[in-house]
Amino acid sequence: MFSPEVHSEIDAIVARYPDPRSALLPLLHIAQREMGWISPESMIWAAERLDLSPAHVEGVVTFYSMYFTKPVGRHVIQLCRTLSCDIRGAQGVRKLIHDKLGIAPGETTGDGKFSLVEVECIGACGTAPAMMIGDALHENLTPESVGAILDRVED
Amino acid sequence: MAAFEPILTRIVGLEDSHRLAVFEREGGYQALRKGLKDFTPAEVTDEVKASQLRGRGGAGFPAGVKWGFLPSQEKSPGPRYLVCNADESEPGTFKDRVILRDNPHLLLEGCILSSYALQANHCFIYIRGEYPEETQILEIAVEEARAAGYLGRNILGSGFDLEIIVHRGAGAYICGEETALLESLEGKRGYPRIKPPFPAVVGLYGRPTVINNVETLACVPSIIERGADWFASIGPEKNTGPKLFCVSGHVERPGTYEGPMGMPLRELIEDLCGGVWKGRRLKAVIPGGSSTPVLTAEEAMAVNMDFDSLAAVGSMLGSAAVIVMDETVDIVAAAANLMRFYHHESCGQCTPCREGTGWLEKMLNRYEHGQGRVGEIEDMLDICDNIAFKTICPLGDAARMPLEAFLQKFRGEFEARIASGAGGGR
Repeated sequence: MFSPEVHSEIDAIVARYPDPRSALLPLLHIAQREMGWISPESMIWAAERLDLSPAHVEGVVTFYSMYFTKPVGRHVIQLCRTLSCDIRGAQGVRKLIHDKLGIAPGETTGDGKFSLVEVECIGACGTAPAMMIGDALHENLTPESVGAILDRVED
Repeated sequence: MAAFEPILTRIVGLEDSHRLAVFEREGGYQALRKGLKDFTPAEVTDEVKASQLRGRGGAGFPAGVKWGFLPSQEKSPGPRYLVCNADESEPGTFKDRVILRDNPHLLLEGCILSSYALQANHCFIYIRGEYPEETQILEIAVEEARAAGYLGRNILGSGFDLEIIVHRGAGAYICGEETALLESLEGKRGYPRIKPPFPAVVGLYGRPTVINNVETLACVPSIIERGADWFASIGPEKNTGPKLFCVSGHVERPGTYEGPMGMPLRELIEDLCGGVWKGRRLKAVIPGGSSTPVLTAEEAMAVNMDFDSLAAVGSMLGSAAVIVMDETVDIVAAAANLMRFYHHESCGQCTPCREGTGWLEKMLNRYEHGQGRVGEIEDMLDICDNIAFKTICPLGDAARMPLEAFLQKFRGEFEARIASGAGGGR
């Protein structure tokens, strides 16, 4: 399903746990990194790799908010909406993103470059408002910085 | 305050503070050398007990006492585990992030010493999914520590073996609850377990397990290096040691600050954080993360930041996540925002929490938009009462406690949102 390098990465991860089933979350992270989302095929692959039922894997995938069960844009913007970000202007950031990209939470741009999701607290309350684009954290967002940050995202 | 010397953040701010060479240059891993050479495992536990170190994750349970609950090898032969809870997800909380990002070897040193005390040969660090950069930093630190002989077989010639495994979560507040964390670590949905049995007896893979917060474990090296008496000399009785406070919201300089346990909240807000921003007046403060009952400005200016002082005014130190709200904050909207969070994060196992948080969110949304119904304040309090202590884990209580405090202390703001002419909507 993946390149030989990714398969050896997976083997090493499975080997580090006393019980291989513990590797499920890490394996799903890798599947999502490689494919962009967690497809039913990925769930079946993970189930077979760890000797679990596909139903168990689907139950796990749908429990955790960071796994996407539908295709998403190439860059997922996770905008924090919880209290500390909210009272420092997160709703304004959402509007800025909407004005610039034309997408509301849950939507993807027509070119498939960006998806926007509103998420709960991402642990950047002291530098609120904050968002993540992929794995990168962007803090102390201002009307000026949001546009520039989005412009810098390379496809 | 003047005499306080930072312990957890002392090297933070130095270039490459996250790298082993810098940590060692600044005296790192000396406590580990001392602990493995001069202390038996039981003596490490005794020293931590004597320091009166209380858990920094929120509950404030004495760490050494928790370790003492682990059955002996004779009683329960086989593996035992240490799990570091790095899943900090309580809204307002970002204190562990500074350790994970800028001082990861201090955490590892604490994990190794604590694993030695517990005689655990595997230690898992469960880090929240939203911290990918910190995950990478930790993984590099583990590699560095292994290459230097601080991890692996026969650590520093002591005969003690340990592997540390960094395990990344995937976005679920509930996994900060220790038994949900264990389920998640076993590759399952993060459903809290019924206690008892407690994890000390039946934990990860059914084996005796201790779960400690990042900051708790990061305190251990200094206790071994400088002694329990020194540690206990910081802060008031039974509320000892250095403490990280993470301040967000309406202050001039939000951020993570280290101070002595028990420092006045007023000093934290006014001196360290530069006071309420824009010269505005203080309205309310959530002192210890979103599940701790809100304080009025008056209460906040008079309280000290330790477990017992905050309990005495009906709140909690929790994760020491201080959310400062200025006079412009809409308390009803704040309550609605937090209830949405708890409804979203309820795992769904227990009816009172799953349904109750949903109903409360709906009612609070109505109030936020001026559509509150007559009698619904009482309904909300009734729902809170029906959640209280009736669930497997504390999430339900974490949701209802702050709402009860909002309703009690700012009731007028809720009453003002009852729709005019409303009354028949119950």
